[in-house]
Amino acid sequence: MFFSSTFEAQSDGSLLIITRGQSSAPIQRDFEVVRRCLLSVKSGTRVTLRVEGIVEPDSGLVAWLFSVARSCKGRGLVLDTSAIPEALARPLGLALSVRERGDARRDERRDDMLVAVGRATHHAMGSAAAFLAFIGELVAALWLCIRRRARVPVRDIWAIIEECGPGALPIVALISSLVGMILAFIGAQQLRQFGAQIYVANLVSIAMLREMGAVMAGVIMAGRTGAAFAAQLGTMQVNEEIDALQTFGISPMQYLVVPRVIALIVMMPLLCLYADLLGVAGGAIVSALTMNISFAQYLQQARTAVHISDMWLGVFKSGVFGVLIASAGCMCGMRCGRSASAVGIAVTSAVVAGIVAIVVADAVFAVLTECVGL
Amino acid sequence: MKYGEVLIQGDLNFTVNRGDIFVVMGGSGCGKSTLLKHLIGLVRPYAGRVLFGGQSFWESTVAEREALLRRIGILYQRGALWTSMTLAENISMPLRQYTRYSEAEIRDRASYKLALVGLSGFEDYYPSEISGGMQKRAGLARALALDPDVLFFDEPSAGLDPISSRLLDDLIIELNRGLGATIVVVTHELSSIFAIGTNSVFLDVDSRTMVATGSPRELLEHSRDARVIRFLTRGEREG
Repeated sequence: MFFSSTFEAQSDGSLLIITRGQSSAPIQRDFEVVRRCLLSVKSGTRVTLRVEGIVEPDSGLVAWLFSVARSCKGRGLVLDTSAIPEALARPLGLALSVRERGDARRDERRDDMLVAVGRATHHAMGSAAAFLAFIGELVAALWLCIRRRARVPVRDIWAIIEECGPGALPIVALISSLVGMILAFIGAQQLRQFGAQIYVANLVSIAMLREMGAVMAGVIMAGRTGAAFAAQLGTMQVNEEIDALQTFGISPMQYLVVPRVIALIVMMPLLCLYADLLGVAGGAIVSALTMNISFAQYLQQARTAVHISDMWLGVFKSGVFGVLIASAGCMCGMRCGRSASAVGIAVTSAVVAGIVAIVVADAVFAVLTECVGL
Repeated sequence: MKYGEVLIQGDLNFTVNRGDIFVVMGGSGCGKSTLLKHLIGLVRPYAGRVLFGGQSFWESTVAEREALLRRIGILYQRGALWTSMTLAENISMPLRQYTRYSEAEIRDRASYKLALVGLSGFEDYYPSEISGGMQKRAGLARALALDPDVLFFDEPSAGLDPISSRLLDDLIIELNRGLGATIVVVTHELSSIFAIGTNSVFLDVDSRTMVATGSPRELLEHSRDARVIRFLTRGEREG
């Protein structure tokens, strides 16, 4: 804005605001002075706007005049725009012709800390209640499916299984075999001090079967499939597709969420077994390469170390993780807002919620198995 | 009707008669689409009731609500087709859900509904493969899938070229006269309002309530309300 603005008090008590063009640089300070002056005059004062020497009227100038005119209106001052050149008066008139909707403006006040904490707590309570309601609805829908009162879209379940199962094999293979190798390396370093390298097989196989297979498969699926569920359902929410389902009397819970939960309940244990196998194999490779333990020895040692219940425990946990991942993903998707950024937020929170749920559930399992003595 | 603490519209009281083409009109942002969401049971009203033939929607049981929803069809503003399904599957879905027709019969019905809206041959296209106007027509075909008694249209002419929009108007009249469907249209398209509307309600932005109801043509001739006249004459006549 290459113009400046000043004001003059007239002898009859009115105010004259003069805007001059051709100033060499934008002069923000002038504007502030004029604004402050407008705030200090009595309401009912007559304010005349005059523009001098502007060659090319641009929208910056009109915007300035508009802001002066609006503060005049807000303060109850009488505005006289007759001294403004036609080329500026017309766009200004257009901007001023439609009056602002009474409650359209939002206050830009910042909450103080106490209010912010209160608001956040209230929001968190709301989310927790919504989560419980979601779980309740899910259980009810699953129960209806079990009692065959609700139609399960079997075709969709197959499609989802296909999407989330085989597609995840390479990444699960990579991660779990590396985890097996890492465990073997760490174990080897420590056990070598006692000359007990052979116990690496115990360490790797128990750790993989009981914990790491299920957890690693879960984390991968939370990032891969949980995120995909949230994105799919979130986009459907944005496109009003979920509304369309509801208005056909089709429950989105039964039609969209239940198939995804069932698909993960089926796939997670299989992926967990696959991860177990590759993790143990990874440990075997490291043992063979660094400690000259043959595969046969390793396998023999592992077989004496693990009990079948270790494997079942891992498999059972992975099924539970599947339910958690699918519900976190679906819930975040269903609660998604109606904008592109809301889908992003939904996906992010689905992954975070999924991983947190896995770790918390795993901790609960650790305590429970300790109590039961498994 | 409220969103949180914000009042959108209040004190609304009107009846849509069987066989009407009922227009919900008003300026942008007055709450037309919100009213529609309340009428089709997506949003629960803050106060008051929505009655279908005397039966209150929100006071019914879940099963009764589903039965009511089965009798209505909705065309959403942007079609809201299920994007992971082809057009034929979109139409077949509600049929599979609620009827016991054979697969062949469902396929025939889907083709017929698509032909009704001028989309013959597009059965196996996905919504993303067709234009916006076609998506909208496919959305209408889906709304017709269960042969509903009441059809709701949210801004049917938005985003359509003048000819398609005219054809859609003709189709609405045809559905109304030919199939005897009651039709509720949310729109601010004046040409459509006069071409099809037999009854209407006018929502006002500032007073947040309805200010007139009746046939659009009669409102134009007899209404004394400045806001209604301004709207119906594109601001050329002031009350």
